[in-house]
Amino acid sequence: MKTIRTTAIAAALILGVASGAQAATDAKEPETRDWTFNGVFGYYDEAQLRRGFQVFKDICNACHGLDYIAYRNLQAIGYTEDEVKAIAAEFEVRSGPDEDGEELNEDGDFLTRPALPFDKFNNPYPNENAAKAANGGSLPPDLSLINKARIGGANYTAALLLGYPEEMPEDAHIPDDKHYNDYFPGNAIGMPQMLFDEVVEYEDETIPMTAEQYAVDVTAFLQWAAEPELEERKSLGVVVMVFLFVLTWLFYKVKQQVWRDVH
Amino acid sequence: MSHPTKQFKNPVLNWIEYRLPIFSLIDNSVGSGYPTPKNLSYWWNFGSLAGFVLVIMIATGILLAMQYTPHETMAFSSVEHIMRDVNWGWLIRYLHMNGGSMFFILVYIHVFRGVYYGSHKKPRELLWIIGVIILFIMIITAFLGYVLPWGQMSYWGATVITSMLSAVPVVGDDLTIWLWGGFTVDNPTLNRFFSLHYLLPFTILGLVILHVWALHEHKSNNPLGIDVQGPQDTIPFHPYYTVKDLFGVGVFLIFYLYFVFFAPNFFGEPDNYIPANPLLTPPHIVPEWYFLPFYAILRAFTVDIWGITAKLQGVVAMVMAVLLLAALPWLDGSRVRSMSFRPRSRIFFWTFVANCIFLGYLGGQVAEEPYVILGKISTAYYFAYLLIILPFVSRTEDVDEVPESISAAVSKQ
Repeated sequence: MKTIRTTAIAAALILGVASGAQAATDAKEPETRDWTFNGVFGYYDEAQLRRGFQVFKDICNACHGLDYIAYRNLQAIGYTEDEVKAIAAEFEVRSGPDEDGEELNEDGDFLTRPALPFDKFNNPYPNENAAKAANGGSLPPDLSLINKARIGGANYTAALLLGYPEEMPEDAHIPDDKHYNDYFPGNAIGMPQMLFDEVVEYEDETIPMTAEQYAVDVTAFLQWAAEPELEERKSLGVVVMVFLFVLTWLFYKVKQQVWRDVH
Repeated sequence: MSHPTKQFKNPVLNWIEYRLPIFSLIDNSVGSGYPTPKNLSYWWNFGSLAGFVLVIMIATGILLAMQYTPHETMAFSSVEHIMRDVNWGWLIRYLHMNGGSMFFILVYIHVFRGVYYGSHKKPRELLWIIGVIILFIMIITAFLGYVLPWGQMSYWGATVITSMLSAVPVVGDDLTIWLWGGFTVDNPTLNRFFSLHYLLPFTILGLVILHVWALHEHKSNNPLGIDVQGPQDTIPFHPYYTVKDLFGVGVFLIFYLYFVFFAPNFFGEPDNYIPANPLLTPPHIVPEWYFLPFYAILRAFTVDIWGITAKLQGVVAMVMAVLLLAALPWLDGSRVRSMSFRPRSRIFFWTFVANCIFLGYLGGQVAEEPYVILGKISTAYYFAYLLIILPFVSRTEDVDEVPESISAAVSKQ
């Protein structure tokens, strides 16, 4: 038994490494995009994040959760307190137990109430098994950290969302429940193409309602979800760097001064 | 007690100094009372920098422990809680996370500097051995710490590394179960790893005090590798080296904080932002970058010999790769300390450094050709350098003329 386990771990290691190499050769390299949050002076475009949130709410949230974000956090991307309350109220969350200790109503369903700003984002499924059952065995991952949890980050997410070619290569073998994607390791992904032109209505008429635009906007929103501290981090970093350059220059001058007579 | 005590104008300071000569201790350790060779180069900054990072790691670690929950269902989300909801939590965590990488960069340079300038040679053997023990405990501490966020790489890295223990003959499997506190890496493992990750840095701190104590007995080595012959060769530590170390701290902070603020996940693995899942093995399990050379050595052994499994060979080799450094004072038999005067040793030394970096590169590659064979060759050189080349070359090479004294060499420049 113990030997079996040890062997299994060793085999998992070797096979894992091999399949990793295999997957790496199947998937295309995502193109590098020019994000506002790139670089030392990176920032978030709040209008873009709100558009991205709209895409997330209308499309992604049908299958994906956002466990680490509460509705109140949306104030950070420019929604007012009242708007946040209205957004939260669109969703139902479990409210039980009630005064009598009951978690279920007469029909045996969980008691619910409209969500409040302090609630975490509505998860579309009650648990992982329900999520898998509804998606042909694939588990739609939580998206709170998706841009940090994938090699390529935002570039990868955007590429993946758009990576469904009209015709898949002839030599690709994709199981019935799966879909072909250029950028997904192994190419067989559970998620079908979700973004098409004009599936989400933008208020701002100057922004094109294309799949490309949706993908970029929702990816920017997910970047914010993964790194809400990014703007504060980078702007503080610039100040810290300027301070350190001056301080270090002073240290250097003092050092030279102190050492001038040493032979 | 006959040792000199300092005299102050302030009677309170005198009162303390008379009963506990702490001010003279400080002065003799890092003050004007500590005579230091006047020719130390910037390579001598890395020891104090490593000490500086140790303090940062302990301080940020204590703060993180106040918010972190070592439980399999809560560890990952408590880290996200720190990143999102705790005031300045993201800064403290990124300081700690990148501080680990910085610690290894500094200590590796510190070790190579010691090898090059013969800082391990008589009478500093024990100072050196304590240093190797510190390195060894540092490696264990860093490994334990990487498990705590309980991401995919935490979990599977812990599984791979801890199951190495099962290579020990006869009792290996029982030992592994004992270490895990169960039949797999699980909640008890996470709990004890957290406990030990909190304990070991203080062990390191204690060893660092011994390390510095031993250093002060025979004073710092220097780039010429010759002994201090008198006051003309030295300058007081303060202000000369305090101010030089401060400049080093400034340069280091620019490097360190660049990563913290602008590329905090540069040294990390994206997979560790996926919560641990015992049922799903990540496609490519890699340890943190600072373990990659040792990981390459571990994987270089692929054939069982005389009933000794390849796994056991790899584990022993990996541990020996660190512990063997403790024998350097005797492996390097040269009568001259500094490699500045040992042209042939110098060539092999720099080959050794390049080889260590190459091992690191190989440790990050998948286990297929040509990396497997290159890993074997590279591992062979690692041990050949320590066990054959260095002992032989150091005892047979022609050495250049060594200056008579530090002051003579310095004033000639």
